[in-house]
Amino acid sequence: MALYHVRRRRNRIALGLAVAATGFGLAWLIIILGVLLWEGLSGLSLAVFTRMTPPPGSAGGLLNPIVGSLILTFLAILIGTPIGILAGTYMAEYGRYSRLTSVVRFINDILLSAPSIVIGLFVYEVMVARMGHFSGWAGAAALAVIVIPVVVRTTEDMLTLVPDTLREAAASIGLPRSLMITKVAYRAARAGMITGVLLAIARISGETAPLLFTALNNQFWSVDMNGPIASLPVVIFQFALSPYHDWQRLAWTGALIITMAVLALSILARLLAAQRRAS
Amino acid sequence: MTVATYTTPMTAAAVGIPAGLREKISIRNLDFFYGEHRALKNISVPLYHGKVTAFIGPSGCGKSTLLRVLNRMYDLYPNQRAVGKVTLDDEDILSPAQDLNLLRAKVGMVFQKPTPFPMSIYENIAFGIRLYERLPKSELDSKVEQALIRAALWDEVKDKLHASGLSLSGGQQQRLCIARTVAVRPEVILFDEPCSALDPISTAKIEELIDELKDDYTIAIVTHNMQQAARVSDFTAFMYLGELIEFGETTRLFTSPSDPRTQDYITGRFG
Repeated sequence: MALYHVRRRRNRIALGLAVAATGFGLAWLIIILGVLLWEGLSGLSLAVFTRMTPPPGSAGGLLNPIVGSLILTFLAILIGTPIGILAGTYMAEYGRYSRLTSVVRFINDILLSAPSIVIGLFVYEVMVARMGHFSGWAGAAALAVIVIPVVVRTTEDMLTLVPDTLREAAASIGLPRSLMITKVAYRAARAGMITGVLLAIARISGETAPLLFTALNNQFWSVDMNGPIASLPVVIFQFALSPYHDWQRLAWTGALIITMAVLALSILARLLAAQRRAS
Repeated sequence: MTVATYTTPMTAAAVGIPAGLREKISIRNLDFFYGEHRALKNISVPLYHGKVTAFIGPSGCGKSTLLRVLNRMYDLYPNQRAVGKVTLDDEDILSPAQDLNLLRAKVGMVFQKPTPFPMSIYENIAFGIRLYERLPKSELDSKVEQALIRAALWDEVKDKLHASGLSLSGGQQQRLCIARTVAVRPEVILFDEPCSALDPISTAKIEELIDELKDDYTIAIVTHNMQQAARVSDFTAFMYLGELIEFGETTRLFTSPSDPRTQDYITGRFG
């Protein structure tokens, strides 16, 4: 009996520590979100979405960085998703047993965890330095380099989860490999693959470091991809570090907008994942 | 010894098989390897046109492996190879030049676990038909209906053709898979333990279906259930440890097996 009581006491202590650790982690998250809401909500108004970034001391909004971020994200996904899906498909389907796949998977995992500032420097060297100026294209390219490994990974994982029996069933009616993948395997893995793209969007929408060296920033309205273009993370970085109170206010609001957008994407991804399990 | 007679190439006369039978698929001296492991050893057996041939034997005896040679399903995986001669009519199945998609259109397969595609009931069937012919909607509809009728599923699904194939019960899913196979109009249908995941009522329906299908198709069925083999098949092959021990008419094999191992297996003494 004594042994049993000791075990129970140990269990209670371990459980208590686990709960305390969880609470500690959650508390910071709640504090961050709370401060963000407190500071950001007060600055949220229609003007934020309709006016340009102002010079210090005058009123303005975040229209140019919001649009800039949307364009950069859209282009990065447009470039990165097809490459990622094709590579992931090769790894899970055609090259499942090949050596090349293990090598690619290893390198992809490195890329997945590469510091984004390194990716920014890389694109700076190969694009910005050669073109001689910062540009939206370089920014989109840097973000695409971040998108690719995320999409490769989720595509491969989701296709690997599709049971081989389904592939055999497709083959058994004489379906060629290409149709088996596009019509059967993709359909079975669809929700998971879309989730991967959503997670990639969430990942790049807060990236600052790769944009500092590539798209830089722009105080004015510009959608010219050949020139510097504004983006929310970089504007937040610049405004938050400034000594001007109204700039700091806008930085908080921008941070709130990004957080809410990423939260919405995560919820969407969860809903899709739940739908996948249900079907 | 009898075994020798049955594992060498045989003619109908040699094993006392009634005349009028035609070999649809003929397997001669077939060996199969998973890497270095030899899973099938010198198998020779015919599949007669318009008949049901059952393959029985304990787990791991190679009966599913044999079935997967007949539509080259093993080709999807690396390090698996078949050596020997397998012909469908006079076409060499094992030839490297064999068009696998055409072969599989002719030799359909139904699996142990029901595997409907993640699409509607209608699409599950129409998908296979569209691979081989372009038809106007009305004709396609009627082909889908025929296939579902053939698989004894039409009455249960005619009001929900556009529901997901995955929404059906296990037994219905398996009949959907049979309908999908039939819709491609194969000449041979391979059943790989089609009832092992089903309840007795669904099993009875599938067996009935196999009995009806044999008028139009040559059928091979792998089963663990000896009563099932006795009920549905015309010929039975007993396999053990990768070898074909005995092949013959089902009634004869189950009543007076010529090999003691067959005797032991069908009386439940091992396996």
